[in-house]
Amino acid sequence: MSEVISSADFQSKVLDADKPVLVDFFATWCGPCRMLAPVLDEVAGEVAGRAYVYKVDIDQSPDLAGKYGVSSVPTLIAFENGQIKKQTLGAQPKQNLLAMLG
Amino acid sequence: MTELQDGRGDNDVLDVAIIGAGPAGLTAGLYAARSGLSCAMFERLTPGGQLATTEHLENYPGFIQSTSGFELTMIMHEQATAFGARTIGEEVMAVDLAAVPKRITTAFGAYEAKAVIVATGSRPAKLELPMEPELEGRGVSYCATCDGNFYRGKDVVVVGGGDTAAADAIYLARICRKVYLVHRRDALRATAIYHQRLQELENLEFVWDSEVVNYLAEDGKVGGVRVRGVKDGAERDIAASGVFIAIGMRPNTEFLEGQLPLDEVGYVMADERGATEVAGVFAAGDVRTKVLRQAVTAVSDGAVCADEIAEFLS
Repeated sequence: MSEVISSADFQSKVLDADKPVLVDFFATWCGPCRMLAPVLDEVAGEVAGRAYVYKVDIDQSPDLAGKYGVSSVPTLIAFENGQIKKQTLGAQPKQNLLAMLG
Repeated sequence: MTELQDGRGDNDVLDVAIIGAGPAGLTAGLYAARSGLSCAMFERLTPGGQLATTEHLENYPGFIQSTSGFELTMIMHEQATAFGARTIGEEVMAVDLAAVPKRITTAFGAYEAKAVIVATGSRPAKLELPMEPELEGRGVSYCATCDGNFYRGKDVVVVGGGDTAAADAIYLARICRKVYLVHRRDALRATAIYHQRLQELENLEFVWDSEVVNYLAEDGKVGGVRVRGVKDGAERDIAASGVFIAIGMRPNTEFLEGQLPLDEVGYVMADERGATEVAGVFAAGDVRTKVLRQAVTAVSDGAVCADEIAEFLS
């Protein structure tokens, strides 16, 4: 399972990370989010050591959802050196997730 | 998902490759496995297809209280795999259906099969208006149950007149301040049971005989839509923060171009048995030409196709 992080962890785990980070902004009640979850976990396993994969529950962390303008779930954002590198909407197949991490 | 491919040699030719693991593909897998065929279901996401994203399923026989489509498809998947159907979590990018055996190329590998069932389903159609790609996720949505919460207490527009549009409008009316239902005709195509539920909603306004001709954007977000009367040509601007598109579906058949006869919309042409013009290639579920696209007809298609293939290979 990919770790769900909160606003308190976001700076250290995402923005200050030493490797690329893929963040899944999701909601527990969203169907496509549930379709994406196992694919995301699989990718997290494959990229371990060269990238990080985290999830943000938009109901637990509305401040992060607001900050990144998330108004559709799932939204995936790839960060590198604290900057947004890529952003996609909706459930994505594995190859797209890997491509987001370069 | 790789853990489900245990013990499979990469050079094995499958009896049947099932492309897509929604209700049609999962049922085809169940029936094929029970017929003793080696089969794999190729799926780009988690098995379940559109049915898995259906929050309340009210018309699937055997469930009196509305059930969750996600739960139902999880059970279907467990059932198919229990009988030996394999799941390969890779998106199929191309097929060579004329080859012997038939060749399936995914984003991660290549596979061979004696027969193929296409069960890739469909996805929501877009309005294809200027600014639409930029406004997706910034007010334009194709999933009311996913994104409705972002528009709590705000005004939204639903576009369409079928069951999905009706269900979306009912769902959104519970959480939004006002819902406009824009439809190009003067009556809904939606199933009768929805009509009364819609009439009872005090915060719903029907906008009949109207088409959305433009998005109105404010600061890069949806600010509303411009609609035009199909009879009188009169234009009207509706202020809204969200626009939910429910104007029908488009088949997921781009990867089949030049491989299989498709109809003018892109649906796979198939006969009553699910057979296409290419020997050993069948189509099941929403992706095929048919009258009624529902979970219950998809599972039926899956069973018929698997049975036909068992006969084809015998």
